[in-house]
Amino acid sequence: MDVILFLVFALFAVACAINVVVQTHPIASAISLIGVMASLAVLYLLLGAEFIAAAQVIVYAGAIMVLFVFVIMLLNAGAESKSGRSLVAQALGVPSLVALLGILAFFVQRLFPRESATHFGGFTGGTAKAVGKALFTTYLLPFEATSILILIAIVGAIVLAYKEMD
Amino acid sequence: MDSFIVVSLIKTVMVFAVLLTTLAYLQWVERKVIAHIQVRPGPYVVGPHGLLQPLADVVKLLTKEDVRPPFVHKALYLAAPFMAMTLALMSICVIPFGPVIRVGGVSTWMQLTDLNIGVLFVLAISSMGVYGVAFAGWASNNKYALLGGLRSSAQMISYELPMSIAIASPLLLSNTLSLRTLVESQAGSFWHWNVLRGPFPQIFAFVIFLISAFAETNRIPFDLPEAENELVAGYHTEYSSMKFASFFMAEYSNMITVSSMAVLLFLGGWMAPWPVRYGSSIVPTVVFAFAGLIALYHGVHPARRRERYSLPATGIVFLAIAAIFLLPIVQTWLLPLFWFCAKVGAILFAFIWVRGTLPRFRYDQLMGFTWKFLFPAAILNLLVTGFLVAWVS
Repeated sequence: MDVILFLVFALFAVACAINVVVQTHPIASAISLIGVMASLAVLYLLLGAEFIAAAQVIVYAGAIMVLFVFVIMLLNAGAESKSGRSLVAQALGVPSLVALLGILAFFVQRLFPRESATHFGGFTGGTAKAVGKALFTTYLLPFEATSILILIAIVGAIVLAYKEMD
Repeated sequence: MDSFIVVSLIKTVMVFAVLLTTLAYLQWVERKVIAHIQVRPGPYVVGPHGLLQPLADVVKLLTKEDVRPPFVHKALYLAAPFMAMTLALMSICVIPFGPVIRVGGVSTWMQLTDLNIGVLFVLAISSMGVYGVAFAGWASNNKYALLGGLRSSAQMISYELPMSIAIASPLLLSNTLSLRTLVESQAGSFWHWNVLRGPFPQIFAFVIFLISAFAETNRIPFDLPEAENELVAGYHTEYSSMKFASFFMAEYSNMITVSSMAVLLFLGGWMAPWPVRYGSSIVPTVVFAFAGLIALYHGVHPARRRERYSLPATGIVFLAIAAIFLLPIVQTWLLPLFWFCAKVGAILFAFIWVRGTLPRFRYDQLMGFTWKFLFPAAILNLLVTGFLVAWVS
């Protein structure tokens, strides 16, 4: 059951991700991206990380993607026109993609050797309590540093967008 | 396993049947209450006191011509009402209505499913709900609809922040994310409810939650997405027939969900306001008997000729309900259900009451209010709660 669900949603995520790139209309791409986020949330849930799954939907699918859609609707962006691709891109596109994926797979296997088989439901540290505890004890410094970084980014965005009123 | 599936199916069918009926009749209640606020009788023609009006409306909406304007984005135009409706109905499945119920040897919770991230689930679903409105506005190819969709997305993102933070503070007191455990932690009397419980009563969080709930459900005074004097009908301008009805039902369903969340988080869910040994179990009997007697009195009054039969019949039904509440067999599950429905009903009444009395905000006031007042107030409340909870424990 877990494996079937995993395969269904993993395939759905990959299909949506390809669709993001293939679609020419920004709204269609945004909807595909929402599909990717939602299926990723299901994958987290299958792995036992329930808090991350909920946060994924609330933050990515529910807030960030709403802002994307909002901006696309506000600018009323139309379908992008496909420019004719150059001969080099047509010839080398697929082989270089395969090569890149191969190199990535190789390094992932070398750097993270699998010690034991992974089971669905074997991970129990995904509850809200466990995540909160880890954030405020083990990873307190990176957590606080990240939040200050985000605060700086917000202040910077406001400074950049601020216009003097005449 | 098999009995689990059967019981779940029965529960799902019952919950959705009750929910959809409530949706239809909530609209009747709203029209009646607003009519009485404005000193007019409201729906009166179809059935006694207009009680069959919702049915007539359903028939009207089903048989209406379904106009699809040209130049709409077809797929999204059709998907938007479906999305709004589905997401609005989904969150009801984690709402607990009462404790364990036993029917013929099978005991089950009065709740479709209990997630240990129930609160987050409701938040996640409600944050996805904005897509229905936003896509409806964009796909309609109409400037009023687009403006309504844009306003709605901006408003819902903004008000989600104070709402989530206001939800966080009662969670600190109850120390759980499961809605069932949340209610159980508020057992006892009304001063054990999160809204009044020490070390820091969540009265401010409750008010912030309610204000944000009005904005999240696009209700007056925050119904800018469908402000009829500037935007015709906002995001559903181009929708007719059942598609329009699904937006309407989604709005009412969201209202029921946020009212239930307010009750579960702040008002002790299905718990009675004071213990049974001080007589909380006879309150429903007294309420229904009183209502029945009033209906009987008015029914036999000679001036009320039109309601000669309907009012006495209502009175007798109410007296019968009052008698049912006295039966010890049903008391174990009927009393919690009564308290839950009474609390949710009180908050829904407040929704309608506000609609009848308050004017609409201006758009810049709406945004300024949440970012400059509600959001800082919610953070301050969370900080004080967190500090006091840590200090006491």
